[in-house]
Amino acid sequence: MIRAYVIGFVSSLLLTILAFVCVQFQLLSGTQLLLAIGVLAVIQAIVQLYYFLHLGSEAKPRVRLMTFLFMFLILLIIVGGSIWIMHHLNYSMMQMTPTEKDYYMNSQRDKGF
Amino acid sequence: MTDCMLFASLFAVYAVSQTATANLPGPKDLFELPLVMLETGLLLLSSFTCGLALVMASRGKINHLLGFLVATFILGIAFLFVELHEFRTLISEGYDWSASAFLSSFFVLVGTHGLHIFIGLLWLLVLIVLLLRKGLSEKLQHKLKLFSLFWHFLDLVWIFIFTIVYLGGVAI
Repeated sequence: MIRAYVIGFVSSLLLTILAFVCVQFQLLSGTQLLLAIGVLAVIQAIVQLYYFLHLGSEAKPRVRLMTFLFMFLILLIIVGGSIWIMHHLNYSMMQMTPTEKDYYMNSQRDKGF
Repeated sequence: MTDCMLFASLFAVYAVSQTATANLPGPKDLFELPLVMLETGLLLLSSFTCGLALVMASRGKINHLLGFLVATFILGIAFLFVELHEFRTLISEGYDWSASAFLSSFFVLVGTHGLHIFIGLLWLLVLIVLLLRKGLSEKLQHKLKLFSLFWHFLDLVWIFIFTIVYLGGVAI
């Protein structure tokens, strides 16, 4: 039992420090850097879920694991979907000039939105 | 699970309004990474001591259990203290939550996490008092288990705040 927590703690700490060093000293740049810290965070999340929250170590009908995975799916849809929609909205609005934007907003208001 | 949804929506809000800084300094200029690294270390360590407390509870070693619970409590307080210090510095420099959409979403996301930590600390205090007054019963063991779930979950959320808000904000 103690072993699990020590492994979880030490590896989490190492992963955190690694991510911190990458950013602080700009070891990579741009998208690569973002990708690297993203991957490090996901690894750490899995480590903590396994060693701290003991997910995946229960007996056969893995109800908790299934619940977690289902929640994760919903989460992905909500967060990913929102970002996608909002980004697209920004993108569509970007094509308009300010006057066009005003006109569009006013026409939407007149429709009652 | 519901808490996950709450944080997920706040993350989505943050991701959308991250760039809406209203011509004020963005994440890159405002955040102090070493300070945030300290917060991360404190929270990670408290998660660790909380786990050890649970092990001691299952072994019935009350003194060790008490020690680890108190350590968790102190580390949690230290985390909150550093976070409040960070908030105060930002606000005193004029970057409060009404300054821009980015700052609003930042304060809401990180503040909600801080509030959870605060509530977790109250919960922990109650557990410590219960342990002192009534000893380690089967019921209390279960309560400790539930608390540790909550606490580890908050640590997990913090990793994503640390990565997405702080590291991601500085990296761009």
